Amino acid sequence: MERWLRVKERHGTAPPDDLPLVLAREGHHGPVIHAANRAARLMGIEPGARVVDMRAICPDLQVEYADLSGDRTALDRLVLWARRWCPWSVRDGEDGLILDTTGSDHLMGGEAEMLVEMEAGLSALGLSAGLAVAPTWGAAWALARFGPVRAICGPEEVEQKLAPLPVAALRLEADTLVLLRRLGLKTIGAIRDVPRLSLTRRFARKSLETNPLLRLDQALGRLAEPVSSQERVPHFRAIQRLPEPIFDPTHYLPQLCRDLCAQLGRKGYGCRRLHLSVYRTDGEVSTIMMASSMLGRDAVHFMGLFEDKLEKLNPGFGFDLIVLEAGAVEQMEAVQNRLEGGAEDGLELSKLVDRLSARFGPRAVTRPVLRQSHVPERAETSMVALLDVAEQVLTRGLERPIRLFDHPQEVRVFYAVPEGPPAQFIYRRQTHRVIRYAGPERIAPEWWHDRPSTRLRDYFKIEDQNGQRFWLYREGLHEDGRGGDPRWFVHGMFA
Amino acid sequence: MTCAASLSSIRRLSQVADPKEGATQTLEEVFCDTACDAAGVGFVLSHLAQAGPVLWVQDRLSRKEAGRPYLPGLRHRGTVLRVDVSTCADALWAIEEGLRCTALGAVVGEIWGDPPALSFTATKRLAMRAELNATPCWLIRRGAAANLSAARNRWRVAAAPSVAHPHDPKAPGDPRWRVELFRSRNLKPGTWVATHDRAQDRVDLAAPVRDGALAEGEGASWHRAAR
Repeated sequence: MERWLRVKERHGTAPPDDLPLVLAREGHHGPVIHAANRAARLMGIEPGARVVDMRAICPDLQVEYADLSGDRTALDRLVLWARRWCPWSVRDGEDGLILDTTGSDHLMGGEAEMLVEMEAGLSALGLSAGLAVAPTWGAAWALARFGPVRAICGPEEVEQKLAPLPVAALRLEADTLVLLRRLGLKTIGAIRDVPRLSLTRRFARKSLETNPLLRLDQALGRLAEPVSSQERVPHFRAIQRLPEPIFDPTHYLPQLCRDLCAQLGRKGYGCRRLHLSVYRTDGEVSTIMMASSMLGRDAVHFMGLFEDKLEKLNPGFGFDLIVLEAGAVEQMEAVQNRLEGGAEDGLELSKLVDRLSARFGPRAVTRPVLRQSHVPERAETSMVALLDVAEQVLTRGLERPIRLFDHPQEVRVFYAVPEGPPAQFIYRRQTHRVIRYAGPERIAPEWWHDRPSTRLRDYFKIEDQNGQRFWLYREGLHEDGRGGDPRWFVHGMFA
Repeated sequence: MTCAASLSSIRRLSQVADPKEGATQTLEEVFCDTACDAAGVGFVLSHLAQAGPVLWVQDRLSRKEAGRPYLPGLRHRGTVLRVDVSTCADALWAIEEGLRCTALGAVVGEIWGDPPALSFTATKRLAMRAELNATPCWLIRRGAAANLSAARNRWRVAAAPSVAHPHDPKAPGDPRWRVELFRSRNLKPGTWVATHDRAQDRVDLAAPVRDGALAEGEGASWHRAAR
């Protein structure tokens, strides 16, 4: 909600504070409320309720849609931003951060001062937050949401501090909460006081999210719940500043590529994308992007990818700064070359595909793959080259041509009506007399793919007077009720 | 009357030749007289090594007029990488990039007509690049005149009436091609009738029969009743 308001304020379209406003997301039965502003909360609108019901309470309710993935991305960025207080942080669900501040609170002058500073830092970003310090993840989660403001909880007083909190503070699912309410267990203390054996019997086979005992153990520290921090992906870029504006970056590209690859190699990373940006003197930035099919840090290969693509840069009145950035960075093991100096075959092939796709576009470079289908054009599909797909092993049945037309070419055929083999046909203004033929091979349409009006095909392998071998088919039968007379097509050629 | 010599013996002959004179893996051209004749493609396929990926480059007109290679019909066991380009210059660039790559088993290019880009210099580039990496390169040319070219072997391939089918006298059997080697650096030019034995995947070359009447009768003796 607050992130949404900041965005609106930046655009100058923020709504007034006294207008009830909610953000909605899609629920099972229509939109439900994701977040509400202060005016809406004062009118009794709660997150999780349906929008239509809340419209009944408050007719002038403003509804906007929430940007859930944007929130998640923002929270991921906030995880890294929060590393200013401790080196170990992770996102917690959709709306929380967990920081492992063990040993770093004294830098801020104690836990209380640290929490004050965190609150100030977050409010400077325009975000309000509930903060708590506790020895376990579960206890911190509960105290931050349901406990007092800036709660601090030592290792000995966890049970005592958690006892008055409602059971919702145990990170349980809604169904379990309803069940616990029916059992009359309203607070964490009540659950703790019930004899453990009877609750164990009821929740014996439940998963973590629906098992209050396990959650209680986690909160009290009897069940370990470690914080696994995600690594910040390093940022690699090579910069070339120029004393004078120029129009052509070609001469600087080799040095930039070498520089970038050296940076990548030092940290043990490789990249799949390259962004080349030139900063123009008139304040504009022009960027081109190159993609590679395999992770790499080979400067010569990267330079080859930019060949012919530099013309797409718009230099304007010249540029004085060139930046080459690595995108889609991942960790990469160094690959041992073969003894005679060449690289592995797969690597060579992927580099070839990169060069070809960089020049002709990724759609021009394809790899045909066999598929299980009787219809000839479906027995082969074109995949993106180097995409690993499990090839379907086919039993070799009847003979197939070595050439196939993308679109079958219609021919006029002289044949014995109704179902005889072709005797003569005219193809590209040439008359071909059929000397020998094999067939027909009847291929019925695939009803699970084709429209009901699709006609069956009878394929013939024929040889004409010159020895050329064609693959002809007759589409449909006489009087099959799917169009007029059958039509004939040339679909391919045999060797 | 017929002197049969298997293709492998010709291959062996060229391998014995002085390596300076000509490498075995080099640029070869195959001319097809008519666009809808797949004999040339079959001839090239019978020469490709069974394993190893093949780069198959086609320009736009070849693809439109003569179709695309169809994987279920190819007897090639390795991967086929297909590149569809629009002009001859692009096709030549792609072929040369393929020859530069050491991982490929062969490069096949299909070029329509006599574009100015396919000059003597361009073919010489391809030939030298192919010999440097010992990657065979085949150019299939349709609707083209046999102009000046640096291809080491130049073939003209056309379909011929097929062998009689062992089980069905009305059906076409194993394919036969009329093969003419009209220019070669280290082989003796000549004309053969090649029979592709599909069961064993080998090509037998035989000298053509001089007697016209005998040749007429062979293979194509069964005429269709429906004619």
